[in-house]
Amino acid sequence: MSAATVTAAPALPADDTRIGLRANLRHLGALTRRNLMRIKADPESMLDALLVPVIMIVLFVYVFGGAMASNQHEYMQYMVPGLLGTTGLNLAMALGTGLNTDFQTGVMDRFRTLPIGRSAVLLSKMIAETLRAVVAFVVLIGFAMILGLDIKGGPLNLLAAVGLSLVFGASLMWVSMLLGMSLRSAQAVQGMSMLVMMPLQFGSSIFANPSTMPGWLRAFTKHNPLSALADACRALINGTPVGGSVVTVLVWAAGITVVTAPLAVARFRKRT
Amino acid sequence: MTEILRNAVEVHGIVKHYGETKALDGVDLTVREGTVLGLLGPNGAGKTTLVRVLSTLIKPDAGTAFVGGYDVLRQPKQLRRTIGLTGQYASVDELLSGYENLYLIGRLLDLSSREAKARAAELLERFSLTEAAKRPAKGYSGGMRRRLDLAASMIGRPKVLYLDEPTTGLDPRTRNEVWDEVQRMVGEGSTVLLTTQYMEEAEQLADELTVIDKGRVIANGGIQELKTQVGGQSLQVRPLRPEELPEMARCLHEAGIPATFSEESGLLSVHLTDEGQLTTVIGALGTRGFGIAGIDTKLPSLDEVFLTITGKSSVPAPSREKEAVA
Ligand SMILES: Nc1ncnc2c1ncn2[C@@H]1O[C@H](COP(=O)(O)OP(=O)(O)O)[C@@H](O)[C@H]1O
Ligand SMILES: [Mg+2]
Repeated sequence: MSAATVTAAPALPADDTRIGLRANLRHLGALTRRNLMRIKADPESMLDALLVPVIMIVLFVYVFGGAMASNQHEYMQYMVPGLLGTTGLNLAMALGTGLNTDFQTGVMDRFRTLPIGRSAVLLSKMIAETLRAVVAFVVLIGFAMILGLDIKGGPLNLLAAVGLSLVFGASLMWVSMLLGMSLRSAQAVQGMSMLVMMPLQFGSSIFANPSTMPGWLRAFTKHNPLSALADACRALINGTPVGGSVVTVLVWAAGITVVTAPLAVARFRKRT
Repeated sequence: MTEILRNAVEVHGIVKHYGETKALDGVDLTVREGTVLGLLGPNGAGKTTLVRVLSTLIKPDAGTAFVGGYDVLRQPKQLRRTIGLTGQYASVDELLSGYENLYLIGRLLDLSSREAKARAAELLERFSLTEAAKRPAKGYSGGMRRRLDLAASMIGRPKVLYLDEPTTGLDPRTRNEVWDEVQRMVGEGSTVLLTTQYMEEAEQLADELTVIDKGRVIANGGIQELKTQVGGQSLQVRPLRPEELPEMARCLHEAGIPATFSEESGLLSVHLTDEGQLTTVIGALGTRGFGIAGIDTKLPSLDEVFLTITGKSSVPAPSREKEAVA
């Protein structure tokens, strides 16, 4: 008795069936829900993002405020809008740590054995992080207003500042993604992000007017994109002319995206 | 007459090298639809690598493989609809509850919200996780994670299920639960590729065995077939004083005869490859004054088969058989 085996594929096209739009949206929804639940289950990660700016506002406005400007209120109007501008990018960094964790814990492997598009995994993280940033904005703006911040530019300008911060933050998500896929642990990703962020934040126009800085630092501060972001947010919230700052931020965001997004996507595709 | 057999899994000449390491060095195997193939091999044999190739997680350097008729390389998405994987290490989202882990996978497998809920509840129940369902998986014990991972791989009622050392590190009760569940899946028509280092597990679950070592298939066939292929007989010695089992095994080891024993059955077993050995064994034990209550010969156990084929001993199932060490 001889045995023949059936090896041919069933009558289906050789190339892969595409995942329809509706299925893609459903996957995206389920994954976004998962990422939001992760944030809810780990409120500390949210607290980190909120506590640092809150401490900075209190510390700088009340401790150094008098020394930095003629009065605390004036300094608050100077510093807080710039600090708000960085909210978008602080949270972009959570993307890298989240991605790293998914690779380390094997959750990514589980997703990769499921018939879903890999872009949904990534996109859902970006959506969740953006929502997280929006919540952080609401809390921080509310807190600053309670302390006496005047939104002189009006609500539309405030929205524009938040939008600009998010756009710049989004361009850094790709950098965060690259870090998340290159470094060994989520802690390393977090540490590295801090290491990059700290000098950028303090060597910018967020806390002090660059004209008060020594020459070498002034040169760095002038070209630091966070200075442009802080200047733009400050001008928008205070209702003063924005000058070239908004365009500078947008150019930076576009530049960072053009350079890092293809690298990040290529790396992600290779690993998934 | 030509009999048509459907193969759920077909692997032809799969090669995967990691630098100098030949993780897979031309592996061929087939798993018939509705059966369980036990993939046996010592640590580092290439079992996990093969499972990952067949799950579309890594691309082989050479060779072809079909699962459910789909090409691993050319039809990965269709293939993924037919498979379920429980990897060697649990892959659960630690921050989500057991229930949410399963619900998420249900949704990603295109179940409706209602179906996904029902399926999650059903599998939690089956794997005795209902009580812990709402707690984050972070707080689960190793066994609970393992069960959750198994449940996750079964959500979509996959036609082909890969289980990579599914019971390693589990207590006997949980292990039996897993075995029952695997048998149930097979009863419902699933095909299972099971990797294991436990002979007991292979004997319990597998219809056929493929033994691999250093990335190559070194034996395959039915369990009985393999046993006869290895040849020889297994000698079972029942000691007068069971507490002497470890000492007896050591004594034989010193005489150059590898022996295993099981405290549970109270038997010492020796793989005999020629007739003269029987005399040697009895002689060695007698000289040292060990009492023998009875002897028996039978086909070798899988443990012994494994030992003979690979030259390495398998890992004994926890708290079952202990290998004698000199
Ligand atoms: N990602 C990898 N990089 C380098 N070597 C690997 C990798 N994965 C597996 N190996 C090597 O391939 C061999 C087979 O590994 P594996 O498939 O995990 O064996 P098993 O599951 O049978 O224990 C081992 O020598 C292992 O070290
Ligand atoms: Mg393995």
